[in-house]
Amino acid sequence: MEALKDKLESSFIVFENELDDDAKKPVHKIRQQAFKHFEKAGFPTKKDEEWKYTNLKPILKNDFRILNKSENAIDFKDVKRFFLSDVDSYKLVFIDGVFSSWLSETTHDKFDICTLSSMLNRYEDVTKKYFNKALPQAETMASINTAFAREGAFIRIKKNQTVDKPVQVVFFTTAHDYDIMTQPRNLVVVEENAEVKIVERHQSLSEKAVLTNTATEIFAEKNSRLFYYKVQNDNMEASMIDSTSVKQAEGSNVRVGTFSFGNRFIRNNLNFFLEGEHTESHMDGITVIDEGQFVDHHTLADHQKPNCESHELYKGIYDGNSSGVFNGKVMVHPHAQKTNAFQQNNNILLTDKASIDTKPQLEIYADDVQCSHGCTIGQLNEDAMFYMQARGIPEKEAKALLLYAFANDGLRNVAIPELRKKLNKQIATKLNVDLDFEL
Amino acid sequence: MLKISNLHAGIDGTEILKGIDLEIKAGEVHAIMGPNGSGKSTLSSVVAGREDYEVTQGHIDFEGEDLMDLAPEERAHKGVFLSFQYPIEIPGVTVTNFLKTSINETRKAQGLEPMPANVMLKKMREKMSLLEMDKGFLSRSLNEGFSGGEKKRNEIFQMAMLEPKLAILDETDSGLDIDALRIVANGVNKLKNKNNAVLLITHYQRLLDYIVPDFVHVLYKGKIVKSGDKNLALELEERGYDWIKEEQPA
Ligand SMILES: Nc1ncnc2c1ncn2[C@@H]1O[C@H](COP(=O)(O)OP(=O)(O)OP(=O)(O)O)[C@@H](O)[C@H]1O
Ligand SMILES: [Mg+2]
Repeated sequence: MEALKDKLESSFIVFENELDDDAKKPVHKIRQQAFKHFEKAGFPTKKDEEWKYTNLKPILKNDFRILNKSENAIDFKDVKRFFLSDVDSYKLVFIDGVFSSWLSETTHDKFDICTLSSMLNRYEDVTKKYFNKALPQAETMASINTAFAREGAFIRIKKNQTVDKPVQVVFFTTAHDYDIMTQPRNLVVVEENAEVKIVERHQSLSEKAVLTNTATEIFAEKNSRLFYYKVQNDNMEASMIDSTSVKQAEGSNVRVGTFSFGNRFIRNNLNFFLEGEHTESHMDGITVIDEGQFVDHHTLADHQKPNCESHELYKGIYDGNSSGVFNGKVMVHPHAQKTNAFQQNNNILLTDKASIDTKPQLEIYADDVQCSHGCTIGQLNEDAMFYMQARGIPEKEAKALLLYAFANDGLRNVAIPELRKKLNKQIATKLNVDLDFEL
Repeated sequence: MLKISNLHAGIDGTEILKGIDLEIKAGEVHAIMGPNGSGKSTLSSVVAGREDYEVTQGHIDFEGEDLMDLAPEERAHKGVFLSFQYPIEIPGVTVTNFLKTSINETRKAQGLEPMPANVMLKKMREKMSLLEMDKGFLSRSLNEGFSGGEKKRNEIFQMAMLEPKLAILDETDSGLDIDALRIVANGVNKLKNKNNAVLLITHYQRLLDYIVPDFVHVLYKGKIVKSGDKNLALELEERGYDWIKEEQPA
């Protein structure tokens, strides 16, 4: 860990020097402050309350290259499978940290679907108003991302616009013969009464270790609607730390779905700040992992204003020696009366070696609120298995059907049918079955 | 069709079935009665292949084939059907999807193509009307929130769809109201022919008024202690089980 810290420190100096014409821009100072925070705090360790069950050490010990300069070309046909293909969409594609105009489809027409770098160059007002304004300053991994933030998606939907098709944001890391750490950074602004659907994915094409330390800031303004889906299905050499923070203004409705099937290691920090009245926040998660995998969901629903609701539903299926963490914090501030906050975390452990640490954390300082939380950890229902087998459904299919049904609630809310279909298929593949219907 | 000989089975070292002999031929209807806890459901589970029970002695042959090493689904594919005393709720799986999977997996095992969707739908409608069931059930989660009687009727609906050779109905009558009992019994009778067989497990003579058995057996403490024709059921209804218990060696 110290080695990586040293390397980040020297890389940061190089990075800063490369960007001299940036030096006068507002982002410059933000990066420096963020890096200072990291230098002081260091990497999170198991001594931190928020990282108690999650050991970063083995992930950080690789010899990562921080400022990878060599980009490889990609043939679309080789990566087609990582996209939603049966649907017309806007696309923002990045290869080794560089925007690929060839694979992308951007627009500046009624809304900006373009790159963070162009935003940083062209819209100082946007930087000042939004950049690094949603992520909690204490999150060290997000600070590292901020310090190195340079490229990613910038999506701004102007007032009253509904985006006609979904936006796909895909980051590729191509094959190299060394380990790589990347820092993709996204900014999403949905203005008053606007609406957009976004799918985000990170994919390594390398056999070497890749650590994706990504951060996304989302601003949902008055009465806006956002559907944001994260497909986490990277290869087994890839690890990911995702820090996503959402700020919601009055009457806005935001749903974030996180679908984790791949990667060796995933840590999600998902924060919702409900800053206006009558907002609605939804967090859905489906985790299906097996041997050698780890997924940690840390969520926050921060109710700052009255009359808001948050709904959280995370389902997990753990096979082999995989393990998971769910930590769902709900904070209801003193004035946030009439808050409705629901949280549910249900898990199935398929083996004795699989494990899950689940912890709801409710801090409620208002009296007129409705909060509920529940978590379950179970095995496959043996009676149901026998029932299905006795009706001719083979063990493997019966198991998959039960697990499908278990995970189903999370899929139902995916507002892009092609994505729902794809996730459905990914779950089936993960469970090693071929069912001829969609749930 | 089914030949059970000297079957001993138990769980966790406790013997529940203590030497059962039973033969059921194609075209026959058999009824098994007996006090609570005598082993009726255990027998049906063992025939259907539940692995929790350990078979320590004896054989189960179905159409001349040894069932003992077959998984529950393989027995189902051969035509064994068990209507559960307590049908299981499976949230998130609709009746339609469940049946579709069940039928097509069975067909696959039998080397047949999947049933075309329109044919299946038509058949579902037909069987539902036979059992006077509401179509709304098709899109509901299997057994979830079904009333006791609805669950039983749904079991018979599945049986009607799967058309098994041997149907074991474990207390399908309990929980059914008087009209439902008549409708379900009527459904079973309609499906009955000379090539299939039915094993009814029941506590009440009333069911046997509708589905008339060729043989009635009394199971007591894991053994068939008496067999007879339908009149045995009438006698049991009148006299209870005490006289049979008394006939047994202590
Ligand atoms: N899985 C099990 N674990 C422990 N004991 C069992 C199990 N299954 C059955 N038994 C015991 O075996 C005996 C027979 O049970 P079974 O359910 O077969 O009875 P039954 O004849 O169907 O009764 P009923 O008329 O009440 O349905 C009972 O004493 C029961 O407690
Ligand atoms: Mg019973």
